Amino acid sequence: MDTRASSEEQLAVDRVLGAPRSPWDGGARGSHRDYHTASGGAARRAERTMLLPALRALQEHAGWVSEGGLNYVCERLDVPPAEAWGVVTFYALLSTSPRPTRMLHVCDDIGCRQRGGLALCAALRASHGEPAVHEAQGHAVDLAAGQAAWMTSPCLGLCDQAPAALVTDAGPEPVERLLGRVSASAVRDVMAGRALLPDASASPARPQQGSAELVLLARAGTVDPLSLDAYRAAGGYAALARAAQLGPQGVVTELVVSKLAGRGGAAFPTGKKWEAVAAQQATPKYVVCNADESEPGTFKDRVLLTDDPFAIVEAMTIAGFATGATQGYVYIRGEYPLAAERVAQAIEAARRAQLLGANVGGHGFAFDIEVRRGAGAYICGEETALFESIAGRRGEPRNKPPFPVQVGLFGKPTVANNVETLVNVLPIVRHGGAAYASVGSGISTGTRLWCLSGAVQQPGVYETPMTITLAALIARAGGVAPGRTLRAVLLGGAASTFVTPDQLEMPLTFEAARAAGASLGSGVVMVFDDTDDLEDHLLRIAAFFRDESCGQCVPCRVGTVRQEEALHRLKHRRTIGSAADEHALLAEIGAAMKDGSICGLGQTAYAAVESAIKSLGLFSASRA
Amino acid sequence: MTPLVQLTRPSRAPKATVACTINGQSVQVSEGTSILAAAATIGVTIPTLCWLETLTPVNACRLCVAEVKGARVLAPACNRAVESGMEILTDSPRVHLTRKLVLELLASSVDLSCAPELTALMDAYGARPERFGPPAPANAAGTKQHAVAGHHAPPDPAFAATTSEPPTVDNELYVRDYAKCVLCYKCVEACGTDHQNTFAIAVAGRGFDAHISTELGAPLPDSACVYCGNCIAVCPTGALMAKREFDLRAEGRWQPEAQHAADTICPYCGVGCTLTLHVQDGEIVKATSPMDNAITMGNLCIKGRFGWRFVQSTTGR
Ligand SMILES: Cc1cc2nc3c(=O)[nH]c(=O)nc-3n(C[C@H](O)[C@H](O)[C@H](O)COP(=O)(O)O)c2cc1C
Ligand code: SF4
Ligand code: SF4
Ligand code: SF4
Ligand code: FES
Ligand code: FES
Repeated sequence: MDTRASSEEQLAVDRVLGAPRSPWDGGARGSHRDYHTASGGAARRAERTMLLPALRALQEHAGWVSEGGLNYVCERLDVPPAEAWGVVTFYALLSTSPRPTRMLHVCDDIGCRQRGGLALCAALRASHGEPAVHEAQGHAVDLAAGQAAWMTSPCLGLCDQAPAALVTDAGPEPVERLLGRVSASAVRDVMAGRALLPDASASPARPQQGSAELVLLARAGTVDPLSLDAYRAAGGYAALARAAQLGPQGVVTELVVSKLAGRGGAAFPTGKKWEAVAAQQATPKYVVCNADESEPGTFKDRVLLTDDPFAIVEAMTIAGFATGATQGYVYIRGEYPLAAERVAQAIEAARRAQLLGANVGGHGFAFDIEVRRGAGAYICGEETALFESIAGRRGEPRNKPPFPVQVGLFGKPTVANNVETLVNVLPIVRHGGAAYASVGSGISTGTRLWCLSGAVQQPGVYETPMTITLAALIARAGGVAPGRTLRAVLLGGAASTFVTPDQLEMPLTFEAARAAGASLGSGVVMVFDDTDDLEDHLLRIAAFFRDESCGQCVPCRVGTVRQEEALHRLKHRRTIGSAADEHALLAEIGAAMKDGSICGLGQTAYAAVESAIKSLGLFSASRA
Repeated sequence: MTPLVQLTRPSRAPKATVACTINGQSVQVSEGTSILAAAATIGVTIPTLCWLETLTPVNACRLCVAEVKGARVLAPACNRAVESGMEILTDSPRVHLTRKLVLELLASSVDLSCAPELTALMDAYGARPERFGPPAPANAAGTKQHAVAGHHAPPDPAFAATTSEPPTVDNELYVRDYAKCVLCYKCVEACGTDHQNTFAIAVAGRGFDAHISTELGAPLPDSACVYCGNCIAVCPTGALMAKREFDLRAEGRWQPEAQHAADTICPYCGVGCTLTLHVQDGEIVKATSPMDNAITMGNLCIKGRFGWRFVQSTTGR
């Protein structure tokens, strides 16, 4: 396989990797002397971390990853082509076949499908034919026919502005935009190749803007996200100054006292995590900010990333200071172009002000941050899959133990935290862990961001203490529309459970959720009313897990397929045996996925299905 | 006799001993020992599929799961190190259920007809793959290669999806019949850093469409493959098979019970690999090397693996 890349493709890759140094890494065959110095070893192998950025560059340039382009990247980074092929084919946003330069990705996930998403897809089918993923099934994309094609997408993290879509324009000046409240005419404009509207994530709903109760969102929408001066004037970098006074151990102590628990879904105590990394001897250590946010219904991190990017930079810097880590990575899902741009700008500005670099803020420690963008894979939000992705490998989760605090990114001790978790560090360091813990109760301290979407009248991100009840929170978002009744709430995300109307008085604490057999997950509160077809939503959740399984372990790779099939048999009343038999079969598949899977994806893939069958009574034998 | 070559580096410090219980029986092993190895010391066998002593564990199949008291989920025995005080159950109801499901999920989606160990296990665990419905009609060639990550067609309620595809016969030496592939990663590891360092194959695609592939799904002769056949040696399901065996099976003339194995030394080069020749009706039908051989660890090169047809040649000379 020795197809060469076009010169444009080479340029696109070189823009990310720099020019080749010798014939050993893809450069022109030069003087005889070039061949006397071999290139290899650990340093050369470490360059593989640039694989995904280089592949993204090809995708952004040409709209797909060609054979020649892939070969060039493999030469540049010394990656075996078979392994690089394994990586390209892992990501939904990388194409291995030619596509038109403009691609429209229409969200048909649970937050959007019944709020206009499916209607948009139906209209597109009628006007432009099958989505571009069905090439393999014989629907070739006609490159000559037009400049745009479309496909469906899992949740784009814009459920507050449903129905959502993502548009990518490949070319020398690639453009990526999230579009919200997409209308049929907006879709026609996109498909006709017209200019795109500004990114919808620049202007999220900010329902509590200006309210004094805001801590995490205090700056969102009120302080210029592009200005370091504005950030500092609004109290930015006071936490880093305080951290320098407290010293690394002092910072960790405040975190432990605060009882802050991770906001990414697993609710692990952050202080404990930092303490463990600080105690490790191995170096270098890393800080990873998990901004992959792909859990259906989750969009809170997006608001922090776009509205308050300096807060993330500052919090990561404090994490580096407290744990002795010298390098940070922000891994931002590929579907958040504006967030990635804003965070990159903030990093640049901080570097210029020497708030990143060899001597951060004159405090005598070194720390820097790099942005990495995903390319369409929910599983890369699982922290060890995320490390693999940064390292240029397939995003396949690792078996734990060992845990990231010991063996993390590049095999080194790593602090991996969610965006929201990190932003919580700032008030904790500034005002002390005790003050932080005085809000809330028990282990549920501080405020939390909730992603309200679905059948509420004012969807958006809300910040409250965790003692608020589900009913009160939904009421804040305007409740369901007049004349409608609430049927169910998906609490925590697709990996969590449905909550029934009689459970709404539950406070949203870790303790209360656990007692109710629920989970707060990533703060998702997706509301469904009596006009929602819940069975259709459940089928979509099952399809989501099948699509997003990495495929590594048997219980999840095949179990998610069998789960979806059983639900379709129930839906179409073609059960094997009775409905109860199918429920029993699902329970066995679910038990094996929960007990036997490597990672949280397989372990939770049955959770929503189980609760829908058991508490919502979906697909019961007696249903009408 | 002192070995000429010291293959393993002498460990610097003697390892600490850890004590645990397995199915109620106390066991003492050195630190770092897997549950699988610890269980073996008291004669408890745990089924494995993706694990092999000569390869780095990948923990992917989950057939070997064991219950560790107090842990939220089951642990892969092949790679979880025993810790002091662990109470381990290797045949609890939870373990039994997961193993049964792993076998059923595999058997319902993969052709296990050349994996007799797995079919025996299915009987032992009462696995009934047919409860997921009749298998779907065979997929066309290239189905998984052309699948787009993160997308799939809605399931047909009449069938259970399978990974079937026609066998890939693109060279004279070996056949890749991925309808039989359980995705145990062994071939990838054998071709990669564990043995061969050729990196001709890797896992491509995602989820149920994940599959073993060369670069761009190219035919083997266009790939980096050097035909060492070391992937064939580790494949547990016959998905990778020497062409001769594949052809004899197709003709219904493959008779393992009528074969005898003769150990010899490969005469091709000075390495002198131990070679096992499998002979049926006076014909060398397969060549392997013993897994427990310290020099080869089961590996050979193209000559040792495939270079035996001349012995049978009746023409020429
Ligand atoms: C399938 C899967 C997807 C995940 N996605 C995310 C994500 O997008 N963002 C995130 O912060 N955590 C995600 N997590 C959780 C991470 O693995 C990890 O627990 C978290 O980033 C730790 O940060 P925290 O302690 O601050 O919550 C995911 C976990 C799983 C199993
Ligand atoms: S549980 Fe699913 S996503 Fe996680 S490692 Fe296994 S196959 Fe991959
Ligand atoms: S025959 Fe050898 S080189 Fe070819 S794929 Fe198998 S292990 Fe790799
Ligand atoms: S081809 Fe064989 S060795 Fe390779 S993954 Fe499949 S079953 Fe395992
Ligand atoms: S953006 Fe469509 S479901 Fe979240
Ligand atoms: S043998 Fe342990 S997971 Fe496969």
